[in-house]
Formats: sequence, structure tokens, C-alpha cells
Amino acid sequence: MREQATKRGSEEQTNKAAAEALRPEAIRKDFPALGQTVHGRPLVYLDNAATTQRPLAVIEAIRGFYLRDNANVHRGSYDLSHRATEAYEAARARTARFLNAAEPAEIIFTRNATEAINLAAFSWSERFLGPGDAILLTEMEHHSNLVPWQMAARRAGARLLFVPVTGPEGLLDMDRVQALLRPPVKLFAFTHVSNALGTINPAAELCRLARQRGIVTLVDAAQSAGHMPLDVRELGCDFLALSGHKLCGPTGIGALYAKRELLEAMPPWQTGGEMIDQVTLDQSSWAPPPHKFEAGTPNIAGAVGLGAAVDYLERIGRERVFRHELELTAYALDRLKEVKGLRLFGPKTAPPHAGAISFCFETIHAHDVVTFVDRLGVALRGGHHCAQPLMRKLGVPATARASFYLYNTRQEADALVEALQETRRFFGA
Amino acid sequence: MLDDLNDLYQQVILDHSRNPRHFGKLPEATHSAQGRNPLCGDELTLYLKINDGRVEAVSFEGSGCAISRASASLLTETLQGRPVEEVRGLFEEMHKLVTHGRSEKPLPEKLAVFAGVHKFPSRVKCAILPWHTALAALDNRKEPITTE
Repeated sequence: MREQATKRGSEEQTNKAAAEALRPEAIRKDFPALGQTVHGRPLVYLDNAATTQRPLAVIEAIRGFYLRDNANVHRGSYDLSHRATEAYEAARARTARFLNAAEPAEIIFTRNATEAINLAAFSWSERFLGPGDAILLTEMEHHSNLVPWQMAARRAGARLLFVPVTGPEGLLDMDRVQALLRPPVKLFAFTHVSNALGTINPAAELCRLARQRGIVTLVDAAQSAGHMPLDVRELGCDFLALSGHKLCGPTGIGALYAKRELLEAMPPWQTGGEMIDQVTLDQSSWAPPPHKFEAGTPNIAGAVGLGAAVDYLERIGRERVFRHELELTAYALDRLKEVKGLRLFGPKTAPPHAGAISFCFETIHAHDVVTFVDRLGVALRGGHHCAQPLMRKLGVPATARASFYLYNTRQEADALVEALQETRRFFGA
Repeated sequence: MLDDLNDLYQQVILDHSRNPRHFGKLPEATHSAQGRNPLCGDELTLYLKINDGRVEAVSFEGSGCAISRASASLLTETLQGRPVEEVRGLFEEMHKLVTHGRSEKPLPEKLAVFAGVHKFPSRVKCAILPWHTALAALDNRKEPITTE
């Protein structure tokens, strides 16, 4: 059953509503969690690169599923199970359309982007990676796009190569990409947007270079999928991983996009119920994709929530979300320069700087900054951002990070700057 | 809420974090251990010179937040010259202080500045890391210890 997904991405851009600038003040009404105070101050939530808040549409979709449609999927022949299956598979179709995949079967539901990458790293490597081969990564990967490949390389007797991150702006060294994309490299996995630097990598260009040389690509879209228009066929990637909770969806649901011919060729990852065709005591055969890769009862309500989240973002328009984030980031980058002693990481301009801004004071540890501004209502993240090799390269033990989303306002960027000024005064930096 | 911040970051803590005492290697150390707080990247190495059941010299090096640096610095001042057998008891009282805001048995006065930590659950690990590391050093544990 191959449903042709409509090319929603380009419709979104030509949509008349997309021309209008996004109004975060109006959007905030969709997110009840944003209306609260912490420590007596209005919450300024700037940890969206870790997880976003959820709109009512998503919360209600999950609630509605449990209230009305809950049953196990795929095997029941009664009405309720049929409805649950329809809801689950409709979520797959919506996610496929969101990414402009050729068909819903190219979407495997996982727990998150990490599990999606683990699936690809295990299963693709099992079939296609051998001794002497290499996997190309970059120095700016999140641990979730590094450690699974370390394990896969170890199993196959293959090795890892890395595209260096250059300069204070934290960009990929494109000359080195050209030089490295050749045998024995079999697969190139890279992040679309760095969670630690905010860098937007030229994903389509990277995929094109790899494809020219017959190298398979995996795009870690955890930080991009909910923030900008994304079209896997325009990108030309073979795999793409995303997390639902980083794009308005619930935790515990993510997706791996993979081209059908790869899914056909790859062995299953986890095995058991739901993913089989025939089972005897001695051996089994597999269901076709996507079910071959979804063993056991899946996160049905999570998938329904993810479907509602991508619908929500499509309604708003990802082009508008992207433009809003770039404008807000440019504004914040500019204002953060006012803070004495603050060192900013990543590109100087937006774009290529996406909405995650990493910084540190020369003399105040990131953890102290985060604790201090929390008491002023500002939620930041401090630490190595699951990118320890990159932190070593930057020569800092940790940074603080502010990350924006569609509901953040200029006033919140101002509140961040004011909180950092107060931090500086307090610690006497 | 700024009162809480003033409780946490008392002047003594800020002073010790900026100018840590006994900072650096201790060539004559008989015991040492590494401590890490993977959550925030605190890393420290603690050196002890034990002689005749006493801490004859102590030092630390590494990087970390204000709380962990100040805690390590004040630990070195506290342990200097103290019988080894008292260290575990001090650790236990320090643990009570940073998790509940007070110790059961009296602690050396200068450690009282850490009472404010208990209002910041995410910072308890920072304050206690040097003390964990001290115990590991006395046990001569080779693997770095972590707060996770």
C-alpha cells in the first residue's frame, strides 16, 4: 500500500498566510505551560533545544485518543482496534507528508532521534558495513550521532573519520568534506543544526556531495525538523532522524525516515511481536517495512500526539517559524554583545546561526549562570550539551545555552540579557 | 528569591571560588583521586599526604563551578592537620548540611556557609563532590568517581 504523500512543504511556502510574520504573543495562548511564574517571576523558557513545550492541540489529541480510541493496533478485528490502528497509521502518513517522504512506509516510529539513529546504525551497518570500511561524522555531533556509530564500527571492524569544525564560528570545514567523502567511507552522518553551536549545516549540499560519490547519508534533524521547512527529497538524504518532543510533540516518540530500498535490504533491529510475517519454532520471516522495524506494541498515543504536533506546525507554517527564529536569534546575538565578558560561540549571524545560542563568561562557570538566572525566571541549559568532544575543542568545560522557539518574544530575549547583566554584577565579573 | 541566591553564593564561597586555597599538585602526595560531575563538567583531582594517621598536606586542582571550587578549597583548609579517622564523619555531616540545611553534629564553622545549598537540589552534587573525592583518595580508588 503505497500512498503518495502530497508535497506539503512547497504549498506551505506559497500559502498566503505564510507571508505574514508570526505573532508569538498569539501563539503563546496555545501553550498553557508558558503562562506560569517560577520563583515569583514570569517563566522565560529558553531550553527549547532540550525539549519544547506542547500546544493544547497535542495535549488534547493524546487525551482524546485515550478517552475514545484506545486499543492495541494491527491485530484486532473489532471496531475499537480498527480505530486505534487508523489513528496510528494516520500519524505515520502525516509525519511522512511533513517530511515529504515518498510514502508512509518510509517512516519508522521510534522513541526519539537517538533510537532512530541507533536503529540505522545497527541495522544498516549489519548489512552494509564491513572490515576496512569507514563512517564519516563531524566533530560537532551530539553524542546520539556519535556513540551508536562507535559501536557499529567496533562490531564491523570499521573506523570513524571526522569532518573538522573550523574557526571561532564553528562551521564545518567544507574542503575537508570534499577530501573525506571517498573510499573507504560508506556512510556520512551529520547534524543538520548543532545543538551546542547553533550552526545550520548546508545539509542539501552535503547530501549532494555524498550522493555523487555513492555514499549513504544520515541527517540528524533533531534540532531542525520543528524549526524550518524540511523535505527529505529536496535534501536528498537516505536517512533522517527526529524527536517528537523537540517539535511540540510528546516525549517517547520519534521517527526514522529511510528510503524504501534501504529498509527492504536492512535486517530487523529489535525482534518479537508485530514485526513478523511467519514464525516457526526454528526461524521467522519479516513483515514488510515499516512494521519490520517496529517490534512490540508501539507508543500509539505518542504517535497520535506527534501527528497532532506536525499538523500544528504545518498550520502555523514552518517557513514563518524559521523566519521568526532567525529574526529573534539575530536580535539576541546583537543584544548579547552588550554583556561585558560574555563569549559567544557559533556563527556571528543568523543564518547560519539557528535559534540555539551558546555562551559563557570568562570567569563565571556555566552552572552558576544557569542557577542564578533560574531565580530570575529564565530557564537555560548549562553543561556540555552531550557534545563533550566539541567542548574539548572549544576549550571550555561547559557553556550556557539559550534556545528559542516559535513562542519566544523579543521581550524574553531582553529578559535574558538583563538576567545575564545581573549575573555579571553579582559575581563581579 | 534573591535571598536564596545570597544564601547560596555567600561572600566566603565567592572568595574561595576566585582564590582557591591549596590549589595545585602535591608532589609528595601519598593518596590521590579524581572526581567528576558529568552533569556540569566539574572535574577535580585531590591530593593527600598522610603521615602517622594525619593529613599532613592536602591540595586540589581542576575546573568547576563556584560551589565545587569553594567546597574543595574549604575542604583542604578543614582537612589540613586532621586525623584521617575523622574524615568520614565530616563527610557525613557535610552531606546532611547540604541536603537538609543543617548537620547533626557540629561542623567546623567555616563549612556552615554551605547550608544554603539545600535550597538548590541541582547543586548538592557540586558541593559534595570534593568530599566524595577525598574518601576515594583515602581508599586509593583508581577509577575516577562520579556523582552520577
